[in-house]
Amino acid sequence: MKYESQRVAMPYFIFALILFAGQIVFGLVLGLQYVVGDFLFPEIPFNVARMVHTNLLIVWLLFGFMGATYYLVPEEAQTELYSPLLAWILFWVFAAAGTLTILGYLFVDYATLADVTMNKLLPTMGREFLEQPTITKIGIALVVVGFLFNIMMTALKGRKTVVNIVLITGLVGLAVLWLFSFYNPGNLTLDKYFWWFVVHLWVEGVWELIMGAILAYVLIKITGVDREVIEKWLYVIIAMALITGIIGTGHHFFWIGPPEYWLWLGSVFSALEPLPFFMMVLFAFNMINRRRRNHPNKAAMLWAMGTAVMAFLGAGVWGFLHTLAPVNYYTHGSQITAAHGHMAFYGAYVMIVLTIISYAMPIMRGRPYGNSNTAQILEMWGFWLMTISMVFITLFLTGAGILQIWLQRIPESGEALSFMATQDNIALFYWMRFVAGCFFLGGLIVYFGSFFIKGQASPAEEVRGPATEDA
Amino acid sequence: MAERFTKSMARNIYLGGSAFFVLLFLALTFDTQSRAMPERDNRDQLTEQVVRGKHVWENNNCVGCHSLMGEGAYFAPELANVFDRRGASDSEVFKAYMKGWMNAMPTNVPGRRQMPQFNLTDQEIEDLAAFLEWTSKIDDNGWPPNIEG
Repeated sequence: MKYESQRVAMPYFIFALILFAGQIVFGLVLGLQYVVGDFLFPEIPFNVARMVHTNLLIVWLLFGFMGATYYLVPEEAQTELYSPLLAWILFWVFAAAGTLTILGYLFVDYATLADVTMNKLLPTMGREFLEQPTITKIGIALVVVGFLFNIMMTALKGRKTVVNIVLITGLVGLAVLWLFSFYNPGNLTLDKYFWWFVVHLWVEGVWELIMGAILAYVLIKITGVDREVIEKWLYVIIAMALITGIIGTGHHFFWIGPPEYWLWLGSVFSALEPLPFFMMVLFAFNMINRRRRNHPNKAAMLWAMGTAVMAFLGAGVWGFLHTLAPVNYYTHGSQITAAHGHMAFYGAYVMIVLTIISYAMPIMRGRPYGNSNTAQILEMWGFWLMTISMVFITLFLTGAGILQIWLQRIPESGEALSFMATQDNIALFYWMRFVAGCFFLGGLIVYFGSFFIKGQASPAEEVRGPATEDA
Repeated sequence: MAERFTKSMARNIYLGGSAFFVLLFLALTFDTQSRAMPERDNRDQLTEQVVRGKHVWENNNCVGCHSLMGEGAYFAPELANVFDRRGASDSEVFKAYMKGWMNAMPTNVPGRRQMPQFNLTDQEIEDLAAFLEWTSKIDDNGWPPNIEG
């Protein structure tokens, strides 16, 4: 750690991981409710558990992105953070607001929550992923504005690197697009159209800039490859992400009202959306092959390769599977969508946050060469258990989806099975998904365990060539 | 990558490409919203009751279990075409069906998925029915493939 103020990333990472654990527990509740329909009913109905599961994911990824930013921006800019105090204040504000919102979901009836938070004044609640009370949405906006102020003031007074510029561009985009969450017209088709300005343009747009920048930073550090090379790759990757992803929004406009030309635009451009993810795989593996040093933090390198591969599989391949309009006509809103969503979020965004945590956490804990070998081995066990479990969750949901489409979507009206009858027929896949989910939780526990092993890696490393000063 | 492909070329592709596609996206959005949508979403039938029904839908987090036009959760049936599936495409039949259904929840059948009792007033149920009826008439390029959603 080159600057003392980078340490403010630590509480962000720790809190992110705590919320991650909560997300997985509620994921298991949901998985069980799929097969034991009345599990925890009426105390925690499915919609409440789902809201907790998805909102925890969003909030902990935001904590992860913020932690990553606080860690890497000062080091890239070669200056202390503008205001560590502001970063600490915003941490507590965001943590308190997030916790209160989740507790509100769990202990207050949703209609009552809408009532007491005065949703009537500016109705924004009750839409998928944007279930937060309006007051929470305003809170998120304010926290992000304070965060961006702090980061920009830091970046402006120091060295301007491509990593910092791309990361901050992505974060500004995240903040600006969040404003669409406050737009909720009475016309459902308008509501849905602009809802995607938050959801799609986040995860298939500006978040890819954030992911690319974090990956580039970690690769600079662990491979010692010249940043000129890495920055060129980063530009090409984010260029591809935005060139394909912006018009690619059209793949959500097929069946919610917009006109037919979106069938073509959405299909063609979103079919190209795997490209930036494929380039990330080439990028990560190329840089690691050309490494000038063997960084003793092997676990961080594993996460960096893993996130590239899994993002390509989950977002790229599983996205492509159902993105062409004639295919999507049958798969839209089926378990295929759920399969894609799980692997894409895990591969791209969960794993990139775990990558930077794996790299930065040991350094902040006074272990500049990484955790001890034992701790790294345990962490890698966590990596493989979680990642392989997620592959199986995705495969089982894909199986469920194919069967669902076969029974419920493809036959003519009158011959097709009803939704609920179909669900009964695919219960075996849901059981297997639940078992895979339990293994995921096991992997998470092993991963957490790796944080409690003392000691650090030996500083001895084989130098393969002149590493840059940056590494 | 070959040396003749420089970092500044990469940056220019990024800046030029994203600026072009942002502008194209805004132009397409303008066309979709100003020209196409008024004819496709029957906004002349978008009454105050339909808007009230949308708020009933939102305030009870219906999308946490159901999908609407294929978006939402996949735990319970699609509802953009429930007006046709359960209401025989008739307003009065559908309202009566909705009242019966909402008041019968939860079924409490052991092991089955349960829908909570939302304690809606008759007026709220009628508003919700009006919202779902209006939704069923949006031109959605012929989705879903059949009546089961």
